[in-house]
Parts: sequence; C-alpha cells; structure tokens
Amino acid sequence: MNKIVDNAEIAIHDIKDDAILMLGGFGLCGIPENSIAALVKKGVKNLTCISNNAGVDDFGIGLMLQKKQVKKMISSYVGENAEFERQLLSGELEVELIPQGTLATRCMAAGYGIPAIFTPAGVGTEVATGKEVRNFNGKDYLLEFAFDADFALVKAWKGDADGNLIFKATARNFNPLMAMAGKITIAEVEELVPSGELDPNNIHVPGIYVHRIFQGKNYEKRIEQRTVRKS
Amino acid sequence: MALTKEQIAQRIAKELKDGYYVNLGIGIPTLVANYIPEGVNVVLQSENGLLGMGPFPLEGDEDADMINAGKQTITTLPGSAFFDSAMSFGMIRAGKVDLTVLGAMEVSDQGDIANWKIPGKMVKGMGGAMDLVASAQNIIVAMMHTNPKGASKLLPACTLPLTGVKCIKKIVTDIAVLEVTPQGFMLLERAPGVSVEEIKEKTTGRLIVNGEIPEIQFV
Repeated sequence: MNKIVDNAEIAIHDIKDDAILMLGGFGLCGIPENSIAALVKKGVKNLTCISNNAGVDDFGIGLMLQKKQVKKMISSYVGENAEFERQLLSGELEVELIPQGTLATRCMAAGYGIPAIFTPAGVGTEVATGKEVRNFNGKDYLLEFAFDADFALVKAWKGDADGNLIFKATARNFNPLMAMAGKITIAEVEELVPSGELDPNNIHVPGIYVHRIFQGKNYEKRIEQRTVRKS
Repeated sequence: MALTKEQIAQRIAKELKDGYYVNLGIGIPTLVANYIPEGVNVVLQSENGLLGMGPFPLEGDEDADMINAGKQTITTLPGSAFFDSAMSFGMIRAGKVDLTVLGAMEVSDQGDIANWKIPGKMVKGMGGAMDLVASAQNIIVAMMHTNPKGASKLLPACTLPLTGVKCIKKIVTDIAVLEVTPQGFMLLERAPGVSVEEIKEKTTGRLIVNGEIPEIQFV
C-alpha cells in the first residue's frame, strides 16, 4: 500500500467536473494551498465546495472562483471576497449558508458513519425551513444530514507514509473532520516523514482515513488580519 | 453621557467570574478581554479551535497558523489547548462555555436576536452565531441602543431574519443595562447622566422600570 504521491497534480488527477469537494481551513488558515493550485491549473468546473469560508479574491478558493470553477459553495461565512459577491448577485454562483457548528458536525457525522445529527442551531430561523424538528427533553433540535463528499482536500502540519496526520495550532479547524469524511481524502503536509517517525500518541487523524498524501511546497500561509500589540 | 464602546466592554467585564470559560464575539465583545478584573481568571474560547487565547502577538511574532475567529493573529496563554471545529461547537452545545458575549442588530423583548442578515444586502453568513445562541446558557448582547438612523434596536419583535429565539438574557448598550424577562426588558442600570425617560424613548419593546434605577458603575 503506497499512499504517497509526488505532487498535487497527481493527487487530484481524478477529480472531475461536477465533483463534490470538502476543503479544510478557517479563513486562509490551514487551507490546502497546493491542491487548490492544482485544481485551478487542471481547470475542472461545476464544483460543489464544502468549506467554512470562500477565501479572498486572490487566494484560497477565491482563485477557483476567479476561474469560474465553482458552481456551489456550502459555507458558514463568505465575507471577504468581491468576486464571490459579484458571482452570487449575478446568479452564476449558488450559495448555501449553514451554521458553523452544523457544518463541522455534518463533516464529523460522515467520518463517524452516522447518517444524521440533531442540533439546536437554527431552530426558529430560516435555516430550519423544510427541516424536521424533534423535541428532546423540552428543547427543539433540527435534523441535519451527514455530508456526502467525493473528495476531501486537507492540509496538515506533519504526515507520514501511512497517512497519519498531525495538525498545528488553529490550522487544525475543519481539516481532521473533513479528512475523516471524504470518500477519497487527499492530504498535503508541510513535512512528510517515513513510516514510524510520528509518535502514535500524538496522531490527530489515523491514516485509515487518508488515501493520498504528498509533501506540499511553496506554502504562502497568508495572514488575513495581521494584528499586533505594542510591547 | 452615553458609554463608549470601551465602556460597554468594561461594564460587561464585571459579569466575568473566576473560572469562567468565555466566548467573545467580534466587535465590542472582543474589547471585553481588555477589562478582565484583577484576580479573576477566565479562559477565552475561540470557536475556530482554541481555549486559552492570549493577546495579539508582538510585531514579528505573528504566526499564520494561530488566529482567532475574526481571523486575527493571536497568541496562546499557558494552559491553552487546540481542537477541531466539531469539538469546539461540541463544548458550546454541551453548555461547557459559561458566558457568550456577542453583538446584535436587533433584540426582541422575548430574547430573540437578529445579527446575521439584512435583506437586500450581501449576506456574508452566520458563522458560529446560530450555534452559540442556540446553546449557550448565559448570553450577553453588547450593542448600541439605537441604529445609526436613531431607531431602537430593542424591539417588540425582530424585523430582520432571526439568528436565534428566546435566548438572550442580558443586554448592555451605550445607555442601559437590561435583563430579558418574561414581561419584557427589565431596566437594571442606566449610563451616567442618562435619564430613564431617554431610555424609554429609545426602547420600543416592552420596558419595565421598577423603582430607582442606579447609574452604571465600572468598578
């Protein structure tokens, strides 16, 4: 079993038009930069992207939006992107906004083999439209279904030849959940190490969930809001 | 005198108790972190996956992998922990977070809140707000009492699309501190020099005024 592939182009070779993708990251933090660049280069279209955010105009998923590769975004917050807004208002792009915890937990459910969850988020709001409401112990909850994605594209800090993944700081966010949820999971890592070099105690996602892994390169790791304090 | 945004944050900080786990939203709520009282230890939760959030980094120490829910670079404090987004909202849903502070466009006298969408304007999304308001036991809204056009933001019913229903317990505005009760907004405190009459004028939801209303104290 060899999970290591040479680069992002090979890793995403079988992602085709109309695919449903999950992309890890929160804002620009922990996004699969290399896989996104490869998707832009390949030019696949009509993609459905499940991702907490939609990048900025010239980075992250924003690069795919520029090339009009995205048919639908499923996100919790899409604030920072003018091209996104233009496509949305012109009707070129479909957007489904869902609460962030619901987004995360629908990923989690997929990775845990649970078809649906009940969550209180959105009860009594337009998010509840058309959804089953069930009362447990006096409180209402919405039925929300596990995601069903063809591919999950995630970014980890370290990974090994077996596909085991370790994330760094808040770059973890949605990445482990999506890694567990994809029918095919593609992980890019900042540091790829041989089998046995990662401490099994510290693995965040075991390799059973990861189908392809590659050493990423040229990480920009752009900061969206650089904030500092005076000494 | 109406309170400044900093003073709203300072007043809310008085609600913090030692040992609290606290989630602060974007805007005025973020400022609450600057006024945590001496001797009170609270742990700040950032819903993108961190407990133990510290101040902004010093220039040169910014780390792209270390941000808060507002996508700002931040630091961690001793004892902090990272986790994924499902666990983050898991601890919120399970009621482990003691206090949530967030902003609002409108609050109803039933405790409904609207803070994510204005029809006709570009909708950016609810982020984690719907999860937070649906689950937190103790939610304080920090906001201006009126909108920029001077209209009350404390209403009999929200006019904007809702974020959550019957969930807000307390509101701190630039002119008043109010508690949401089954009978409506109970006026608890008023900003120094602001009259009860002015608060009545600027509150279109049901307002309950019982006896003398003290001025807000900051310490």
